[in-house]
Amino acid sequence: MGAGTVVGMTRNDTTRGAGSGGNAVEVRGLVKHFGATKALNGVDLDVREGTVLGVLGPNGAGKTTLVRCLSTLLRPDAGTARVAGYDVLAQPRQLRRVIGLTGQYASVDEKLSGFENLYMIGRLLDLSRKDARRRGEEMLERFSLTEAAKRPAGQYSGGMRRRLDLAASMIGRPAVLYLDEPTTGLDPRTRNEVWEEVQRMVAEGATVLLTTQYMEEAEQLAHELTVIDRGQVIAGGGVDELKAKVGGRTLQIRPADRTELHRMAGALAQAQLDGIGGAVADEAEGVVNVPIISDEQLTAVVALLGSRGFAISDISTHLPSLDEVFLAVTGQKASAPQQDAADTDALQEVAA
Amino acid sequence: MSAATLSAPAAAPAREGRIGLRANLRHIGALARRNLLQIKADPESMFDAVIMPIIFILLFTYVFGGSMAGKGNEQDYLNYLVPGLMAMQGMNIAMAVGTGVNDDFKKGVMDRFRTMPIARSSVLIAKIVVEIGRMLVATAILLGMGFALGLSITTTPLHLLAAVALSVAFGASLMWVFILLGLSLKTPQAVQGIAMLVLMPLQFGSSIFAPTAKMPGWLEGFTKYNPLSNLADAARNLMRGGPVAHSVWMTLAWAVAITLVTAPLAVSKFRKKT
Repeated sequence: MGAGTVVGMTRNDTTRGAGSGGNAVEVRGLVKHFGATKALNGVDLDVREGTVLGVLGPNGAGKTTLVRCLSTLLRPDAGTARVAGYDVLAQPRQLRRVIGLTGQYASVDEKLSGFENLYMIGRLLDLSRKDARRRGEEMLERFSLTEAAKRPAGQYSGGMRRRLDLAASMIGRPAVLYLDEPTTGLDPRTRNEVWEEVQRMVAEGATVLLTTQYMEEAEQLAHELTVIDRGQVIAGGGVDELKAKVGGRTLQIRPADRTELHRMAGALAQAQLDGIGGAVADEAEGVVNVPIISDEQLTAVVALLGSRGFAISDISTHLPSLDEVFLAVTGQKASAPQQDAADTDALQEVAA
Repeated sequence: MSAATLSAPAAAPAREGRIGLRANLRHIGALARRNLLQIKADPESMFDAVIMPIIFILLFTYVFGGSMAGKGNEQDYLNYLVPGLMAMQGMNIAMAVGTGVNDDFKKGVMDRFRTMPIARSSVLIAKIVVEIGRMLVATAILLGMGFALGLSITTTPLHLLAAVALSVAFGASLMWVFILLGLSLKTPQAVQGIAMLVLMPLQFGSSIFAPTAKMPGWLEGFTKYNPLSNLADAARNLMRGGPVAHSVWMTLAWAVAITLVTAPLAVSKFRKKT
């Protein structure tokens, strides 16, 4: 992994194990099997102290297994992982003192009220009764749960439960916080609250490892990204770096007359508008795809088509989906047509 | 990339991070408080400790008491029954610890505990502490009800205390069995189902409800080796007078043996799961 741009804040705090400016999390060659399935197949990654690493990947990529290995819930089969300088296998007790974890499902006691849950966690973290009470109330306030403080967590909505879970993870002000898809299934308002709280934790010096399926979430929170798939890291780097690889948006133009498809694509390609690489006609969909990176380019494309007298029935832009990010970073998109071509060649050879 | 920066904590002594005794007690306290709050949130879960003793004592004394001791002599059967019920109660209440442990693993809350700097055993110990409390509540209700109906104790209060302590000690040893079941089976319902299957023959094939002398030979043989018979006899003789040495030692031996076999199994299973 290359050194990305320096963002976020580093914290000079020797009690946190790793030296200032070092890596709060270091993972080398981590392997975890479940029977024949290799959930993790040699993962390497670093999270620099005081920053947020976004771990992107589809379902089943190994994100949750990674987080569970790093929080001592699972024993890795091979490789090493250090968190705040503590080895996950050799020093699990020390490691548990410096981490907080919020999983995909809320791990709170449903029969206890929100406050009692937080108070219990505070006491288990060796806070005095008074401090546990104060900190519990403070966290309820931060996550807008004060009104529901006395209700059993089992009666909370999904979003409230997730907020309580996050509050529970943050009570001990952990140096390293793992967030495993923290906003999956949350409404936008709650999601924003969670993001704000995470940003606050980072501003206070915490290091965060965030897994997510949402590009938007990664962009909001992460300083660097690691993309994993099938238990392996397939790309990594700064958010902008990765976005540059993927490109910006795709502009889709549907000509009113489908037979004009190729003429339109040709006109756009020949015009050589500023920064526009090319236009591709998609016959199956009946649209022309133009990759763009700015609003000015969009205007220029529309202006050009107008001045040439093309009739347009529909026009839209698309952000790259996570799938497209994967395709782009693994280069599979580029290679797929070639493979088709190769297959066709092979068929022709067989036929001949 | 910068492995060199991470050398300092690696040199820390292996004992670093161990949980001290005071911290451990504090954690057990916080977790026991959790278990008490669970009861508060779900008062029906106390039925087995509060309502069952009352139902059992009324049912058996007045439905069977007349037949057992002769009409009008229900009092005699009551004196026979109450020590037996005391012996049985520990088992019924210990069952709840199994369903509770199972439930904890079903929910995510166990994951939370496992990522925290606490001794994992404190979760189990807190449960056992609360269950022993529940046993004492049930015993108090049983004895209160018994005395109200005319139970008489012919020995000393110290003997009564010894009978209570023996019942609780045996019940506590059974908790390990139920913890093991709770950790091994998939659902709390399965735990309850299997437990009932084992409990029914043990309870009724014993000297709890009726003297074993009039049972067929094969059953009488079974009751001799049934620890519940030993416990019931011990409690009875402690409360009503009679030879206690054999039954008390047998009960203690059973309790120790059950604990020695099932506690390590339960703890290792718990470790593996956690």
